[in-house]
Amino acid sequence: MKNSIIFFLSVVIPLVIITFVLRDSYKENTNLEELKTQYAALHISSVDHSQHKELQKEFKNAHEITETCISCHNKRGEELLSSPHFTWEREAYIEGRGITYIGKRNLLNNFCTGIFSNEPSCNRCHAGYGWADKDFDFTNQYNVDCLACHDNSGLYDKARGGSGYPTPGIDLKTIVQSVGKPKKENCGYCHFHGGGGNNVKHGDLELALLTAPRTVDVHMGVDGANLTCVDCHTAENHVMKGRYYGLSSENTNRATCEQCHTNTPHTVYKLNEHVAKIACQTCHIPRYAKVNATKMRWDWSTATKKTEGMPYEMLDSLGNPVYSSEKGDQQWAVNAIPDYLWFNGTADHHLLSDKIDFDNLPLKINTLFGSSRDKNSRIVPVKIHTGKQPYDSEYHTILQAKLWGPHPGVGALWLDFNWELALKTGMDYVGLPYSGKWDFVESQMFLPVNHMVSPSSEALTCTDCHTRNNSRLQSIEGIYIPGKSYNATIDNLGKLLIIFSFIGALSHALFRYISYKKLKANN
Amino acid sequence: MLYSDISRTKNLRLIIKVHNMKRVFIYKKYERFWHWTQAFLVVFLAFTGFEVHGSFSFFGYESAVDLHNKAAWALIILTVFTIFWHFTTGEWRQYLPTTKNLKSQIEYYLTGIFRNAPHPVRKTILSKLNPLQRIVYFMLKVMLFPIMIITGLLYMFYRYQWQGEMKSLGIESIEPIALLHTVGAYLIIAFVVVHLYLITTGHTISSNLNAMITGWEELEDDEDDKKDIKENKKKE
Repeated sequence: MKNSIIFFLSVVIPLVIITFVLRDSYKENTNLEELKTQYAALHISSVDHSQHKELQKEFKNAHEITETCISCHNKRGEELLSSPHFTWEREAYIEGRGITYIGKRNLLNNFCTGIFSNEPSCNRCHAGYGWADKDFDFTNQYNVDCLACHDNSGLYDKARGGSGYPTPGIDLKTIVQSVGKPKKENCGYCHFHGGGGNNVKHGDLELALLTAPRTVDVHMGVDGANLTCVDCHTAENHVMKGRYYGLSSENTNRATCEQCHTNTPHTVYKLNEHVAKIACQTCHIPRYAKVNATKMRWDWSTATKKTEGMPYEMLDSLGNPVYSSEKGDQQWAVNAIPDYLWFNGTADHHLLSDKIDFDNLPLKINTLFGSSRDKNSRIVPVKIHTGKQPYDSEYHTILQAKLWGPHPGVGALWLDFNWELALKTGMDYVGLPYSGKWDFVESQMFLPVNHMVSPSSEALTCTDCHTRNNSRLQSIEGIYIPGKSYNATIDNLGKLLIIFSFIGALSHALFRYISYKKLKANN
Repeated sequence: MLYSDISRTKNLRLIIKVHNMKRVFIYKKYERFWHWTQAFLVVFLAFTGFEVHGSFSFFGYESAVDLHNKAAWALIILTVFTIFWHFTTGEWRQYLPTTKNLKSQIEYYLTGIFRNAPHPVRKTILSKLNPLQRIVYFMLKVMLFPIMIITGLLYMFYRYQWQGEMKSLGIESIEPIALLHTVGAYLIIAFVVVHLYLITTGHTISSNLNAMITGWEELEDDEDDKKDIKENKKKE
């Protein structure tokens, strides 16, 4: 009895105590409470622009407004001249390509394919006035549009096909007097409408974010933190933090989750270990396009069809066009599950002058660099937008069509419905060689999904990835994912070993039983 | 009861010594505690481990990982205590491998056992393990368990959190670690299967099991052992 007590005290109790001590310590290391306090504070403007004498007048034109802004904010105009929102171009080093100067100004995509020859329409979303063609003056600070970002009245509007100028007749005086810190509406005016309509391009940026609850976007949810875009996409000298890899190439000046949440945001230790290989977005954005549909495929090759001599449009049950004579066949997705791939924050882009590699179709309009062996790479969720777009079947380059025109008869596809003419006009404008022979090529674009972060209760759980079949990361290679990955040879040999052990034991037992019976009979 | 009574068979090749049976306290309290705790932990680790491996679902993945880690810590602590126990009691000598009588032990399992021949190596307090057990248990202790514990710890700590920062042991991929851990798991399960069966090959079907439960086993008389040892020494 005494022995058992000593044994219990000296062995069992320490074992139990040590086991408990070594358990995961659930130390709260998140800063969520601090963040909530910090961002709950309302922004109070230090200036009431409506009282400025300079702004008490009717402005004759948009440039005059900018001039007035700069008369006080006298260095801001210069800042804008080198900001990507105005230049639509960045200097970037690209692996295998060197220093490049690329951006929305000269890159193509597989949505509306590119701005060349379409500037008056596309450049409605330029933070400037008057970019109608190649002659736009990027050095004139009075060409900057301050109001697109700083209007706080909600009245500002840029004209369709107006090269970035305001819609005639809007109340510029009220707008000018309202200016302040950009709101969601300011950013969304352009960024929600990429690709030519709400949520068409990005899938995670759309009008619903102005009113959606936190289940759609935990940050911007109106019943949640109700953050604005610029809370995360902070700016320094008018250069915003944040990258869209349909245009960007470098892993710098990105807006990241970590800038607020640190890289050890979980209370569960094991989850923090994931951060090295898994981007936050991978688990925390289980689905995108949660409210309105986003475009997943754009097949230009079927465009220009007419019925009874008239262009037409067909809508699906949700009201999304699945065919239009202007744009061809289109596919949409709502509540979409992202694709996943390795990404290190650097990207390459297919340029108009690049040859198409027909051994590697579909053509990658942008290439997200990254691999399992690269220390800077993490698995990120992406929207993959596929397309079929015109290319030069002799020179093997992508072609830029003229899509928009002020009126029929200038070669615009959307008005004249003539590919031959639209491509010729577009390429003449671009100034690159065009053989006159054209066809359509399959293309892909990779758009990292960064918004529409779900509340943590809706984040992915272990078995969304750690499972043999239907893992979210089924196509991800080069990493051992417990529960998903296995070595077939080891598993098969191991199972055989166990089976043979059983068979060995059972047959040995059987022999023993038989010989025992025999021995008994003999005796 | 005499061994010779039940061993009178026709093809008897082994020379049978006649010994008196005596109840002997062979497994001490700690030894039994260690054995059964380890047995439970090993089975539990195998079960939760193969759930983590993706072989089936029972506890749920997250719980399986958690339980597996906790059981692993319990086993590591038990192992530390047991190593201490082995050295303070000198019991570690029991596991020194020997080739002496190894052949006859294998022959016994392959043929002798079917003829109801006696065990070729007698079990005594000083030598609880037959040569085959010695080799297998020795390999378990110096190879398989260390491999499982080291790969397991690397699995846990190839990335770890320290003062709010994630640190890394600089291991590029856990694949070799995970695969080695899996190989070890299959070997241990195979061992458990064979071990469970060999329990029944004692003096009687249940005598080994009873001994590990109660500590007491009917063994050939110790007194005879001492005489044998003396005789052997004289011969040498």
